Amino acid sequence: MHRFAKPSVFLKFTAPILPWLSALTVILIAAGLYFSLIGSPVDYQQGHTVRIMYIHVPAAWMGLFCYVGMAICGAMSLIWKHPLADICARATAPVGATFTALCLITGSLWGEPMWGTWWVWDARLTSMLILLFLYLGYMALVNAFDDPERGSKAGSALALVGAVNVPIVKFSVDWWNTLHQPASIVRMDGPAVDPSMQLPLALMILGFTCYYFVVLILRVRLELNERRIRALHLSGMFEDPETPTSAKEQAYEAGHNAGAKQ
Amino acid sequence: MNGFLAILQRDLRLALRQGADSVMVVAFFIVTTTLFPFGVGPEVNILARIASGVIWVSALLAAMLSLERVFQADYEDGTLELLTLSPVSLELLILGKVLAHWLTTGLPLIIAAPLMAVMLNMDQDGFVTLMIAMLLGTPALSLIGAIGAALILGARRGGVLVSLLVLPLYIPVLIFGAGAVEAALLGISATAQLQIMAAILLLTLAAAPFATAHAVRQAME
Repeated sequence: MHRFAKPSVFLKFTAPILPWLSALTVILIAAGLYFSLIGSPVDYQQGHTVRIMYIHVPAAWMGLFCYVGMAICGAMSLIWKHPLADICARATAPVGATFTALCLITGSLWGEPMWGTWWVWDARLTSMLILLFLYLGYMALVNAFDDPERGSKAGSALALVGAVNVPIVKFSVDWWNTLHQPASIVRMDGPAVDPSMQLPLALMILGFTCYYFVVLILRVRLELNERRIRALHLSGMFEDPETPTSAKEQAYEAGHNAGAKQ
Repeated sequence: MNGFLAILQRDLRLALRQGADSVMVVAFFIVTTTLFPFGVGPEVNILARIASGVIWVSALLAAMLSLERVFQADYEDGTLELLTLSPVSLELLILGKVLAHWLTTGLPLIIAAPLMAVMLNMDQDGFVTLMIAMLLGTPALSLIGAIGAALILGARRGGVLVSLLVLPLYIPVLIFGAGAVEAALLGISATAQLQIMAAILLLTLAAAPFATAHAVRQAME
């Protein structure tokens, strides 16, 4: 794993993966959308509203998944001081915050016809809202310092402290009596969701996860390239008309590791 | 242990000599609580119903506003750097600073809370539980808050930022603190809520000094 923590290796390694992963994401989400909107049965109680589930559940999953990923990246950046882990954590935060917000919005759209209310203050909903606040706090903290490195480190510590909330979100429906239904997919005695609904749900969850990785790779590459350009600008080579083009190209390639220098 | 006592003594002495800090926290607490009767109307039943929540929320905000004091001044004049370099473990020193913070903010709040409970017409059954819950809850607030206060050292607009970082982490204390008083008012035993609060306190006592020390060391790099 440490081998991939080098920015140049990351760039080289992800370049061929990216188009395949993007294609896989499109296929999974397209298939998932087909099965969830057209190819799956209507719930006998909820009618067509049940189709909100195919966005709501994957979004909730991604909200938690991204936070765990962010906390792991934070831990890696604190333990091994990988610059790439910092960049990954920073790149994950807005994606996770968006998924969490999406989960809350679709949840309230679903809650209105089903529970008769847009919002209730029960444990699952509240802990999910706290998760959103933690994301926002992380993003605010990371950007609050003049030195980006200090911001990343402070953010990593916050991400780890906030990880306490993840099991609370997951088990809130079991620990408290809530309006939200109990866990129905990951259970000891198998999923409680009908098989005809499992397929679109699984497709959407996989699709959302792939989408996250595509966005993560894109964002990390963007950040690495930005750093490389900044390093080249600082070296002053590009402003100098004397430098031959080949030397510039070489410097650009060498700049792959610009982000690795502390 | 000597270092712990020395830093506790120093911080207490500083707080007492300046004096205004503790008074300010209590004044803020009282003023915030007084705002609620104006906001929701002076009806006795409503006030009695929301009293425990109002007191807890005001205490939370008051504790948060005083967080800046824990590290900011020491960070600016370089004391914190010397503390980081000292042979005494930084975690212990931070525990001393947090204890001093609690003694000068949490404790006055606990003393002021029954007064505000009377003014909000809270039923007398809840008073003892409120005091016990605050006794368990406010140290946890100081411990959690210290992490936030250390994280924002050297940040731009730190004061606003600390609220965004710390308030979400305060929510469990608020839930069980208000829940304990609620249970006592309904005549049910509040032991479960108080035990959870004790658990929160022990957990933060064990973990927060390390997280805070880590954040302080980063700020010093």
